[in-house]
Amino acid sequence: MSTDPAARAGHLDHPPRVGFFTDTSVCIGCKACEVACKEWNAVPEDGISLSGMSYDNTVGLGASTWRHVAFIEQPAPPPAPGRPDAMRWLMSSDVCKHCTEAACLDVCPTGALFRTEFGTVVVQDDVCNGCGYCVPACPFGVIARREEDGQAHKCTLCYDRLGEGMEPACAKACPTDSIQFGPLDELRERAQLRVEDLRAAGKDKAQLYLDDPGDGIGGGGAFFLLLDQPEVYGLPPDPVVTTRDLASMWRHVGIAAAGLAVTAAALGLGRRRS
Amino acid sequence: MTPREPTGAGRLKGARRRAGAEIMVPDAEFTSYYGRPVIKEPVWKTPDVPGYLFLGGLAGGSSVLAAGAELSGHRELAKVAKAGALGAISLSAVALVHDLGRPGRFVNMLRVFKPSSPMSVGSWLLAAYGPVAGAAAVSGWTGLLPKAGLAATFGAGLLGPGIATYTAALICDTAVPGWHEGHREMPYVFAGSAASAAGGLGLLAVRPWDARPARDLAVLGASVELIAKRRLLVRLAAVDGQSIAEPYETGTPGAILRVAEFLTAGGLAGAVLGGRSRVVSAVSGASLLAASAMTRFGIFEAGMASARDPKYTIVPQRRRRGPSASPAE
Repeated sequence: MSTDPAARAGHLDHPPRVGFFTDTSVCIGCKACEVACKEWNAVPEDGISLSGMSYDNTVGLGASTWRHVAFIEQPAPPPAPGRPDAMRWLMSSDVCKHCTEAACLDVCPTGALFRTEFGTVVVQDDVCNGCGYCVPACPFGVIARREEDGQAHKCTLCYDRLGEGMEPACAKACPTDSIQFGPLDELRERAQLRVEDLRAAGKDKAQLYLDDPGDGIGGGGAFFLLLDQPEVYGLPPDPVVTTRDLASMWRHVGIAAAGLAVTAAALGLGRRRS
Repeated sequence: MTPREPTGAGRLKGARRRAGAEIMVPDAEFTSYYGRPVIKEPVWKTPDVPGYLFLGGLAGGSSVLAAGAELSGHRELAKVAKAGALGAISLSAVALVHDLGRPGRFVNMLRVFKPSSPMSVGSWLLAAYGPVAGAAAVSGWTGLLPKAGLAATFGAGLLGPGIATYTAALICDTAVPGWHEGHREMPYVFAGSAASAAGGLGLLAVRPWDARPARDLAVLGASVELIAKRRLLVRLAAVDGQSIAEPYETGTPGAILRVAEFLTAGGLAGAVLGGRSRVVSAVSGASLLAASAMTRFGIFEAGMASARDPKYTIVPQRRRRGPSASPAE
């Protein structure tokens, strides 16, 4: 499958594919990305309450939460001499992955979800009829339907800002450059160097997540440097776009449907005795 | 407020006990983010969507029956099946539109044709099938335009199988583990369940001596439904690291599916052995109809349960990706 999703979608002469590299090793959990996203995109408030999940009261991505900072408190890895109770923070700003093979886009029956010239995936509000198919199709639980308007919403990678040559609001607001925006090729090179540095410094579990075009989603337009396994952060360890199996599904549907059609003919064979 | 355990909350002890023997399964340990689901549960409502799955099956199966009964000269049965198809597809369309977040925009379904979206394919199928099934029913009951009515009957007989089975691809083409992992078996479960329901309707509404094709369809459909469901569970139980058959066997969906299986088996026995008894025939038909509906509701709810619990998403993926990196850093 082509690794250039914009070209695959019919954008000829398109700008380079852009995305996010989120380096969680320098995230300080300030949530500036969450606020900047809400402000710029005029995303409505969706509940203010305490979750009991460390400093994470946002809880997860949703129709009205397009950036979400996860907070994990865990025992510090040894050695921590004389400090048996030492703990450490893991913080990570999660976002739509803008998959190379995007299940939400594949299954959308109206064409409301589309691939932009930047290779990102965006919902058109005036087309979405709220069928909800994209919601369980996403292997990351990103896209959701908003109660108030009955439509699906998610991160647009600030499509409006990209068109003006500006970087997305979250990356702009990030004070530590944990969220880096740019052409995907450059980001992948930079991320590779960073993870090698961290490993050399003894961070054995440091790993890149969704950086590989050979993975189950063809690589993410947004990818991450994590300090522990993906599931610790609430991310699926080995996501595969559901439509990879669609040919097999249609084949079995075809056989089952053919069986029913043959049954109709067979039922007609025995003429009625009358 | 006591903070919840960050990564330990998702651990579970997996020692299973079965009657008679104690089978020890190694502890299935996995890590999650505060026990929260990874994927989003479908926003599809009950009874709209499981009801749609059932009614679409009943409609498609009834069109199969109507075509067969027309060919074999069972006029009364053909009329009943045509009415059943039109009634079921009309109700199902209402359920579908009602489930949309923006019902006023339902025609956007026909804005594009996308083979990559079973819902798009299904919308076009419905748009083609609905009028044809309607024409077959109207002509059948009024006697108007008999030749066109016959063509519509056979047209619906060809499109009906698509209506009855595409819904399997619809639910399986998601990240919901309980559905997706069963994508090879689900179309046969739905085909069997559709045939069983349509045959059941025929047995319920038509005197047994006029309902031979309905009985044949019911027996075939119920048998396929029973076998395919068993095979589905075998497949789901064999997913590496974590049985995804669990949500189908426990809780409310488990109870619904057990009753459904009992009713299917009972309806099947009644259809085979009932002979010319009007009462046995009707009760069998009603059982098969109820069983088909419960099968769809059970499968729907089992999928929802598999989406809610992160272990069904995380454990098989972790197995696939290989063991965690060294615990020491």
